[in-house]
Amino acid sequence: MSLLAVEDVTLKFGGLTAVNRLSFAVDAGEIFAIVGPNGAGKSTVFNLISRFYTPQSGALRFDGHDLLAVRSSDVAALGVARTFQNIELFDHATVLQNLLVGRHRHRRSNILSEILFTPAVRRQEVENRERVEEIIDFLDLQPYRDKMIAGLPYGVRKVVEMARALATDPRLLLLDEPASGLSVEETSDLRWWIEDIRRQMGITVLMVEHDMGLVGQVCDRVLAMADGAQLALGTPAEVQAHPAVIEAYLGHPA
Amino acid sequence: MRIVFKTDYVQDIRPWKDRYQLGLYLALLALAVAAPWLLDAFYLGELTNVLIWAVAGLGLMVLTGHTGQASLGHAAFLACGCYANIILLEAGLPFLLAFPLAGLVTGVVGALIAIPALRLHGIYLAIFTLALSILTDDIIVLSEPWTGGVSGKYAPPINLFGVMVDRWGTPAPFYWLTLAVVVLVTLGYINLLRAPLGRSFIAVRDSEVSAQAMGVDIARTKAVSFGLSCMVTGWAGALMGLFAGAFNNETFSVVISIQLLMMIVIGGLGSIHGAFLGAIVIGFLPQFLSIAKEWLAPLTGGGSVAIPGLEFGVFGMILIAFLLFEPMGLYGRWLKIRTWFELFPFYRKDMFKRQKTYLRTERLK
Repeated sequence: MSLLAVEDVTLKFGGLTAVNRLSFAVDAGEIFAIVGPNGAGKSTVFNLISRFYTPQSGALRFDGHDLLAVRSSDVAALGVARTFQNIELFDHATVLQNLLVGRHRHRRSNILSEILFTPAVRRQEVENRERVEEIIDFLDLQPYRDKMIAGLPYGVRKVVEMARALATDPRLLLLDEPASGLSVEETSDLRWWIEDIRRQMGITVLMVEHDMGLVGQVCDRVLAMADGAQLALGTPAEVQAHPAVIEAYLGHPA
Repeated sequence: MRIVFKTDYVQDIRPWKDRYQLGLYLALLALAVAAPWLLDAFYLGELTNVLIWAVAGLGLMVLTGHTGQASLGHAAFLACGCYANIILLEAGLPFLLAFPLAGLVTGVVGALIAIPALRLHGIYLAIFTLALSILTDDIIVLSEPWTGGVSGKYAPPINLFGVMVDRWGTPAPFYWLTLAVVVLVTLGYINLLRAPLGRSFIAVRDSEVSAQAMGVDIARTKAVSFGLSCMVTGWAGALMGLFAGAFNNETFSVVISIQLLMMIVIGGLGSIHGAFLGAIVIGFLPQFLSIAKEWLAPLTGGGSVAIPGLEFGVFGMILIAFLLFEPMGLYGRWLKIRTWFELFPFYRKDMFKRQKTYLRTERLK
């Protein structure tokens, strides 16, 4: 059974159809990419899965749960974590604090025990810290641990955001343009990280990406979108050779 | 620069960096406890006033400094705490019960108000809370049977473990009572900041969208923050009432609300230190001004004529200066000075410069 299923989903903003009868399914253990020209509705699909938007029709299922029945703040509890296209970190907090917010869904303490900082809260904090340190090791963030986000370079912020998503211990990781704005070296690091995320951590990855080189290297399947609808679905090579995809990017032959 | 070699996660979880820092704060606490023997009655009263303002500042800091919700109406919650405390005391409750209850009542009132209020963002929330502060005056006048209306109320003397606690009669016990409240609130605040709830406050302040994606319930977190903020403000209000001795509908005016917000901005938003530094400025400014006036009198030939609005004028100018030159407040300035000495001679001018953030996904809201 597929881990994430998008079934016949339509989302309209007034007269604009952002997502038009879109269906696809992501299998557990897969690395799945969504590609398409600007304005195709790729990030909108992510925002639908995160429940920031509610579709007019269709269904969203994650691991047997009806995603439309949960609020956006409860999506993380099901095991879906995400990054944002334009980096949404907590700027006036340290890298460590950012990653610890990622542990929020594992919070067992309540207000009272936290104000008193009981031994149980202390244990929970140590546990959270241990998990966060594993991710810091995994993504080589050691030099930045106590740095404020506001002073970090762009490339590092991208990695911190991915680390924060991993800190939630997700089953499905949504990466919104993870390679945009990264240097060649950073992109190749990213490639190995994405493969390791699947291999070592057993996390399914769904990503939106424009870098077809990266998509071709790491992805099992690719969905190409244009104007909110599906153009093609298949292996990276199949999708890149698909006539409709070529037309969407390059236009008609004269 | 002291470099701490860390070998255990607990070292990062406990509130002090090393023994030196712990010692420093314990020394400060010891000095504070010993203050009644070091100061005369007048300055002890002033110090008590500063500490009460610090409690109020801590209350507003939770909401504005850490959760990023501006409130121009916290005088309403000072009033709520003050009246609740006195009404409970008059109903015959012992102080040790009436005082915590006054805070709890204010906290619950605050959380209830927060549920509709926190749907508003930024300036709209500020206007809503401003309206709340203006309304308080009328509510106090209208509910005369409980509040005494325009003629106001007098704080009854308190008996705490057989010791009379009265601002005028026994300033030392009253000071220690205030100090105890300050210490407890500060410890609770420190604990909150190193726990998940405090971090979710910061998350909501810096990016609601991604806080939500991390599983933080925005509406609930904001309401909890508002409630906690109002609870602490309520305690500050209760202390203010006892300190003033007499109060009526005009005691907790809009001006107090604005002063409170200015105070934490001057002190430094988003830090516990900021609340204290701001309270020191607010508390000692009138004294400082009157001393300065006496000094300047022979030069200007003005004598000791009262200048109406001088205090607020100076205060406003200080605020503008801070917003222009040091938006991080007094605490931010202190951090810079400390870093300068720690890194000497390697301090760079732009070390604390905030980078502009581009392309925030505000469109999701």
